[in-house]
Amino acid sequence: MLLEISGINTHYGRIHALKSVDLVVNEGELVALVGANGAGKTTLLRTLSGVQNATSGTIKFEGVDITRMTPHQRVAEGILQVPEGRQLFGPLSVEDNLRLGAYRRGGKPNDDIERMYASFPILKQKRHQPAGTLSGGQQQMVAIARALMAHPRLLLLDEPSMGLAPLLVGEIFNAVQGLKQQGTTIFLVEQNAYAALAIADRGYVLETGEVTLHDTGEALLASDRVKQAYLGL
Amino acid sequence: MKPAKFLAPSPQPLSREGRGALSGDAITMGADFLQFLVSGITVGAIYALAGLGFAIIYNASTVINFAQGEFIMIGGMSASTLTAAGVPLPLAILAGCAVAMLGGVLLAKFAIEKARNASVVTLIIITIGASIFLRGLAEVVWGKEFHQLASFSGDTPILLLGAAILPQSLWVVGVALVLILVIGFFFTRTLAGKAMLATSYNRLAAQLVGVNVRKVVLAAFALSAALGAVGGAVVTPITFSSSEMGIMLGLKGFTAAVLGGLGNGLGAVVGGLIVGIAEALSAGYLSSAYKDAVAFVIILLVLVFMPNGLFGKRGTERV
Repeated sequence: MLLEISGINTHYGRIHALKSVDLVVNEGELVALVGANGAGKTTLLRTLSGVQNATSGTIKFEGVDITRMTPHQRVAEGILQVPEGRQLFGPLSVEDNLRLGAYRRGGKPNDDIERMYASFPILKQKRHQPAGTLSGGQQQMVAIARALMAHPRLLLLDEPSMGLAPLLVGEIFNAVQGLKQQGTTIFLVEQNAYAALAIADRGYVLETGEVTLHDTGEALLASDRVKQAYLGL
Repeated sequence: MKPAKFLAPSPQPLSREGRGALSGDAITMGADFLQFLVSGITVGAIYALAGLGFAIIYNASTVINFAQGEFIMIGGMSASTLTAAGVPLPLAILAGCAVAMLGGVLLAKFAIEKARNASVVTLIIITIGASIFLRGLAEVVWGKEFHQLASFSGDTPILLLGAAILPQSLWVVGVALVLILVIGFFFTRTLAGKAMLATSYNRLAAQLVGVNVRKVVLAAFALSAALGAVGGAVVTPITFSSSEMGIMLGLKGFTAAVLGGLGNGLGAVVGGLIVGIAEALSAGYLSSAYKDAVAFVIILLVLVFMPNGLFGKRGTERV
């Protein structure tokens, strides 16, 4: 088990956002977490990255308890998040955004930057442009590439399809699948349940802070409950 | 009593005899203007450093640090009292720097960080409290009187087109220029500098790429304190130093930062020069009694007519 979340509770003031969540991600897996707006998906990722404190429960990464680690320590452990809404360093150039992705790792990241340009050629064209001036899809590419610069052991993706045109959504999901095939372990959080479960090995359904279902991606796609609640079928 | 030349070197055009061959009203006017300009740029360079200090801390933590002037004071007082005690000047400046940086880091760690969930106004009040505390402490350690520091390379003025330039003015402007270039290099060419900038643009994202944002805040306070302290040391031969010197210098640095667009380093530098020159010109042509009012008139005009300052944030963000 690469990531093992057991009994995690998270509160925002008096709001109980995560209620005793148990969840596992194995090495090399693509695990999807689906659920409606406000179910607590982003809160779970914030808790995993350490920018939100868990009130109780434990998070283990490669067997090590990371529940009390600071965000930068978790990055050093290899947990990288592509946050909701991309969160680029808008006024900095695309290339500087990528360079900062390798901040914790140190060393000369030039080879990695070239690798990212090979995967996302459009970014090479725009390398000197302020990241904030790129289109939504391109910004999402920068956000993913920035996280990959750190050589993540576990990649957390928060709503990568949010706000993108349908054509681009397909492109981003293809890219995610490509990453999995290259061996990256991915924990994908999505409102777009169909697209996420279709490429996921396993999936979890989160409802008002609680995991209500978990199964393989295929089985969840076929389940009546998911169909009704999330796929509009 | 305050010496007349406290804060800004009051422009003192050379006497008619001093101008020698250059005489006649037109030349006199030109020489006066040049003299005022030199004074303005000299003091403006210090405001620029103070403004830069405000910008760096504001960027890293959204705190407006009203103890910035006290860093300048610590630099000036350390340099003057330590050299008087026989410590070589470079060492005295370094020691002042170290003391100011320590003060800055302690302020960040034990006052700002502890209150990181407080509102901006609360944080500002904390820094005002810190500035009063540092001033009081300085009074206890160094006393209330003014301290002198010998000019770094003599007091023989350099004559340029009828204006007399103190060698110390060149020191002030030169040192400020070097510091500004170093800071510019740091923020545009080094990963650590970019990480600091990144933290100001998007704190969450900075955390998520592994930047230790608490360390960034400490570094920002240390950096600003060092800038202030060096500025205070080089300007002391012109203005003298006292435990109170930080009040006005800090407020004018703040004016510079607001005029340039809060959080914009280059803006703060330009703002500092504008405030310094405006002050020197009004002292020269109107009355030196109004000198300190100039900065505050500027700040009012900026807040009313262009609250984003000269180089306020441009709208390059696409959502």
